[in-house]
Amino acid sequence: MADLIESLLVQYSLVTAFAVVGITVWISYVLSARLTRGRIHGSAIAIFLGLVFAYLAGEFAPGPDGGFLHGEKGVADIPALAGIGMLGGAMLRDLAIVATAMGVRMEELRNTGLCGLISLLAGVLVSFAIGAAVAFAFGYRDAVSMTTIGGGAATYIVGPVTGAALGASSEVMALSVAAGLVKSILVMIATPFVAKSIGLDNPRSALVFGGLLGTTSGVAGGLAATDPKLVPYGAMTATFYTGIGCLLGPSVIFFIIRQFA
Amino acid sequence: MAIYGTALLSICVIIGTIAGKLLGRLLGMDANVGGVGIAMILLIFTTHRLRKSGRLGPQDETGIAYWNAIYIPIVVAIAATQNVRAALHGGTAAILAGILAVVVCFALVPAITRIGGTAPPRR
Repeated sequence: MADLIESLLVQYSLVTAFAVVGITVWISYVLSARLTRGRIHGSAIAIFLGLVFAYLAGEFAPGPDGGFLHGEKGVADIPALAGIGMLGGAMLRDLAIVATAMGVRMEELRNTGLCGLISLLAGVLVSFAIGAAVAFAFGYRDAVSMTTIGGGAATYIVGPVTGAALGASSEVMALSVAAGLVKSILVMIATPFVAKSIGLDNPRSALVFGGLLGTTSGVAGGLAATDPKLVPYGAMTATFYTGIGCLLGPSVIFFIIRQFA
Repeated sequence: MAIYGTALLSICVIIGTIAGKLLGRLLGMDANVGGVGIAMILLIFTTHRLRKSGRLGPQDETGIAYWNAIYIPIVVAIAATQNVRAALHGGTAAILAGILAVVVCFALVPAITRIGGTAPPRR
């Protein structure tokens, strides 16, 4: 019986994913209403639960030799939940993010170009600077390591792309990916709590937010938990961030950091 | 029909992604630069046009509205597939770099929002 159920769940993995995610969202909205009287948004709780499940799966998902797998894909490392990997993968993520553009009002996009561009450049440069400074403080004092860890502080894609281009050590690459993951997760969790104090309540500030923070998953999650209406604005700028980071990191920014290191 | 809306959405995503990859290649890297943003702008313009000329009805739009509505569950799935273990095991340097980057960028949001225009109206 159990093997029958499991093989069905594996075979119908995307359907399983819809069911599991739906139940998680439902539980989260109940918790939001009962425990926090709606003060913490249901979607914020759902995203947090997702991260907790991802951690537990990373730590305890069974591996092939009876030990733990310690995989990289969160709950998607469990065969019956592999469909969640597809649901949360790049293809459906992009489809859904683009669909949110339906809620965009054209007049709100006018005169935001300069704002968006400045936020993107500031976001990339500041993140690299902070990552490089932290790397320096922890004894990684060569320009390649500083730039790579700086890239990780931009996003977990910019870090390893920069590191690979510059020939960073695998230890530094791992650090840089971890820094990017911390950033992405923290943005998802913290955004709804700081939204009010940083004025994140209108399309323009959401656009700036997306450009400054840049992590697509983090921005998508953080804004969804704050106000779903703001998602398309943040997503629109964040989508340029990783590309700009990968472009500037191994070139201009490496060059600048080399002058200091 | 709903499939018209979903097809339009999908075509925008495909064209946007191709444009993003071409832009990436132009800049000399194997990455998608702004594909989602380009797709969004395409979708905004085409639906605006088609709606005006009466060729995109409310029934067709349900095919886009569904994916818009399924967005939060997809974000939950994204969260559930993050490598949280690696983030927490990354060591102090990684955690500190991530936290500081977030804190400083959060703090910059109001400053940059004020650039290029008057204070935006509160919604």
